[in-house]
Amino acid sequence: MIRLEARPRPSWWAALASPVIALVLTLLTGCLLLLAFGKDPIKGLYYLFIDPITVWWSLEEVLVKATPLALIAAGLSVCFRANVWNIGAEGQFIVGAIAGSALPVVLPEVQGPHVLPLMLLCGTLGGALFALIPALLRVRFGANEILVSLMLVYVAELFLDWLVRGPWRNPAGFNFPETRQFHEWATMPIVGDSRLNIGIFIAIACCAVLAFVLSRTYFGFGVRLSGTAPRAARFAGISRNRTILLVMALSGGLAGLAGIMEVAGPIGQLRIQISPGYGFTAIIVAFLARLNPVGAIAAAFVLSVTYIGGEAAQIAIGISDKITRVFQGALLFFVLGSDVLIRYRITWTRRTPVIQTPEPAAVERTST
Amino acid sequence: MSTDIVLAIALTVMTASTPLLLAAIGELVVERSGVLNLGVEGMMIVGAAAGFAGAQLTGSAYGGVAFAAVAGAGLSLVFAVFVLLLATNQYATGLATTLLGIGIAGLVGQGYVGQPGIKLEQVPIPLLSDLPVIGPLLFQHDVLFYLSLALVVCVSFVLFRTRLGLTIRAVGDNHDSAHAIGYNVVAIRFATIAFGGICAGLAGGYLSLVYTPQWVEGMSAGRGWIAVALVVFAAWRPLRCLAGAYLFGTVLILQFHAQAAGVPIPSQFLSALPYLATMIVLVIVSANRLSRHSAAPACLGQAFVPSK
Amino acid sequence: MVLKRSSVAVFTRRAWCGGALALAALMPLSAGAHAQALDKVKACFVYVGPVGDFGWSYQHDEGRKAVEAALGDKVETAFLESVKEGADAERAIERFARSGCNIIFTTSFGYMDPTNKVAAKYPKVKFEHATGYKRLHPNVSTYDSRFYEGRYVLGQIAALVSKTGVAGYIASFPIPEVVQGINSFILGAQSINPDFKLKVVWVNTWFDPGKEADAAKSLIDQGVDLLTQHTDSTAPMQVAAERGLKAFGQASNMIKFGPKTQLTSIIDDWAPYYVERVKAVLAGTWKQQATWNGMDSGHVVMAPFTNMPDDVKKKAEATTAAIKSKTFHPFTGPITKQDGTVWLKAGEVATDKDLSSMNFYVKGVDDTLPK
Repeated sequence: MIRLEARPRPSWWAALASPVIALVLTLLTGCLLLLAFGKDPIKGLYYLFIDPITVWWSLEEVLVKATPLALIAAGLSVCFRANVWNIGAEGQFIVGAIAGSALPVVLPEVQGPHVLPLMLLCGTLGGALFALIPALLRVRFGANEILVSLMLVYVAELFLDWLVRGPWRNPAGFNFPETRQFHEWATMPIVGDSRLNIGIFIAIACCAVLAFVLSRTYFGFGVRLSGTAPRAARFAGISRNRTILLVMALSGGLAGLAGIMEVAGPIGQLRIQISPGYGFTAIIVAFLARLNPVGAIAAAFVLSVTYIGGEAAQIAIGISDKITRVFQGALLFFVLGSDVLIRYRITWTRRTPVIQTPEPAAVERTST
Repeated sequence: MSTDIVLAIALTVMTASTPLLLAAIGELVVERSGVLNLGVEGMMIVGAAAGFAGAQLTGSAYGGVAFAAVAGAGLSLVFAVFVLLLATNQYATGLATTLLGIGIAGLVGQGYVGQPGIKLEQVPIPLLSDLPVIGPLLFQHDVLFYLSLALVVCVSFVLFRTRLGLTIRAVGDNHDSAHAIGYNVVAIRFATIAFGGICAGLAGGYLSLVYTPQWVEGMSAGRGWIAVALVVFAAWRPLRCLAGAYLFGTVLILQFHAQAAGVPIPSQFLSALPYLATMIVLVIVSANRLSRHSAAPACLGQAFVPSK
Repeated sequence: MVLKRSSVAVFTRRAWCGGALALAALMPLSAGAHAQALDKVKACFVYVGPVGDFGWSYQHDEGRKAVEAALGDKVETAFLESVKEGADAERAIERFARSGCNIIFTTSFGYMDPTNKVAAKYPKVKFEHATGYKRLHPNVSTYDSRFYEGRYVLGQIAALVSKTGVAGYIASFPIPEVVQGINSFILGAQSINPDFKLKVVWVNTWFDPGKEADAAKSLIDQGVDLLTQHTDSTAPMQVAAERGLKAFGQASNMIKFGPKTQLTSIIDDWAPYYVERVKAVLAGTWKQQATWNGMDSGHVVMAPFTNMPDDVKKKAEATTAAIKSKTFHPFTGPITKQDGTVWLKAGEVATDKDLSSMNFYVKGVDDTLPK
């Protein structure tokens, strides 16, 4: 029987070793998986992990994909730390994209340097307001935010669908479901001659600011306390309801910002489908990053590498994208599993002791 | 509308609701024991693929049902090992399970694309099935349909009327105390997760053996997520879970009837109705209970690590 | 550092056939003129769904396999499946362009702008975009099939076979292609029975077997005795089989899913086009064009007419032959719109331009077109 023993404090060596262990286990599993399907494992792993970062072009693509993931995940990290479960970032991403696109789509004649900042602002606000729906329902009526935020994803998707097929359809687009292309004032400035835009700097800045706020400010302290010890937080005068509203608005706002940066960036117009599930993938990213906003950048990068690598492997040696999915699933399992070492010591016992008085201090109700 | 149409609509609603109910009732038990399993979608799609493959391999739809249950249970045990033995975060592990499940299902089903499946036969219950209206409505179905209703009754009984149910709820409400008084929290949760996995697998099997007897990638189309939502909607009560699944199914089917009857509302709004209806009912239900305790198991989503 | 997203004027499109060739002639022919015959060609395909969908992407992949079969070791193919429309599409296409593909088929409408963007960067690579209308660079062609031709035949069969005079239509999304199909179907049906009615249900998805099955059951419960679909799964066929009704297949031959149910099916056969275009690259004769082919060139194929009386079969075969030989066009006047205004006068034939942006119903459709 495996037993976990809480360490008095997180182990620094385990913190360093855990990613290595996860990587080794993932590589081993990958080898077996590829062998089982008759593929050369070394080649396969090369394409999945190394190839994407060997060429500047594909490295840029990794960053393009990582930008929205990091941004959303950073916001979700704060939310999850507060023990508030916003599962609907995908919907907030979409509504942010819609709110931000209103200006270039409805009023394309408005041009000038103020357009893009306005769009980003609208997108952020749109996402934040949309996230406030589940937050308010939770605070006012006690409605579970997991369910409401998840249901709102479908509502947002269908609303976007209606808008793009109906009122916002490109008048010169032969009735196909997309809006007009955004004009140049309404698109994100590009870095170099790639698809990489300044959004990546915005994302990094947001992650850094959030990390600072979370660890060094009273607000951040309140969020963490409210999440881990709600009673203590109440005694400290921190309102649980206010915390819920704030973190939901914050995570929704960042998802909305990611949404508008995606449509004003690599996509360049509003369409029926604007996200390959960024809002859901970001939940995984947030946990890979151990709910640390700066870690979200690294985690988003790693996950993006496997996505881009999966494509490369599919083309180069015909590894089907299902194998890549299994592979990503395994990677996540191993990363989550090895992180256990940081907080716990694993011991083997023959039998679990039966009667124990729990020591409250040792019972960690954490999210790792 | 004539009774014939109403009956026909009711039967369609039942088919649409049954997989949701199967998956939701399993998830309900899992959550009652304090574990949030976001891997339902993955277990469901694996169940669908395995169910189809099983029916083809054994030549019998019942073989398919067995395969679906085993596959769902298998994937749920992977989830269980991580969240219970290694105390990983349940949200993230559940999502990883779904990712893994979608991949595995695609690989399992690869050879079965474009093949017609074997449909699970209807088993009319003698005598009862001859009753007017009630007969065709309730007693002329396949075994999985009967099972879904039986599960609601059984789970309801076990959870609230037996010692086992008390134990499960105790584990979900306070795993430390439950551990302290000698319950084996991990073992109980292993069992509930496996039960949830079997149910999700059967729900998937229902898709590929009854609903639309075929295998295609992505055929669960988000129904696992709806099932998770229904449990919350049902405030962790089996009978409400039944009501929720059928409410969702009803709105889903009625929107098609509204369209076929020519109601001039954009179809996107009609498509959004089931989700909005679920939300609104949830808010009403929650508002009424505000004065009392929240119905959620107190330890839902928290990792359990026994001290010492 | 700042790249201008130049608002390139979109070429007014779909001056199909003759018009398109004229357009091609006006374009700088750099791609065609310098093209040389190749010993071996790499053909690459981007699919929007999994190849296991047994619908749209599956049929395109069948086309890819046909290219391999036809050209043997002169061709190497590769594909990417489940490429989401949006930011991912451009990367997938560019990856192919960089990895030595000579010709890239992008098989979803949503890949239109990404295809053109990548084409600008890789002038030596040929791009073929399905169902779109933008050809901003000389190395971009577009192609599509006239599925509506088949739907006229379905309509006629429906009117001859149906007892209630009402058919059910499971529709995906209100884009011109689907609207053309609905109109063509009802026109065909009305040519036999002027009072024929059509009930339309929009499922807002191309592919969700469960949802399609639910829509099929709802339509049957509403009194239709025939089903036709413009979604990709075989679920409606199975439902019809279960309820003992007749139905039409879509995209592929679904006879296996309804041996006693399927009347016929409109099969998307991309193979002839793919083989022809890849051969053109091999020979160095590839040129930009806008292809919108139908039954005459074998891109739209009717599955065998089954489960119907011989006289119905004869009528269907005659209409198919007429459309194939171009002696008959499904959209030939007089045609009245749903709102009662005249669209085409007697003898007038719809232009491709009108068809390709169609957003109205003709008389007899019992539905409001989602706008």
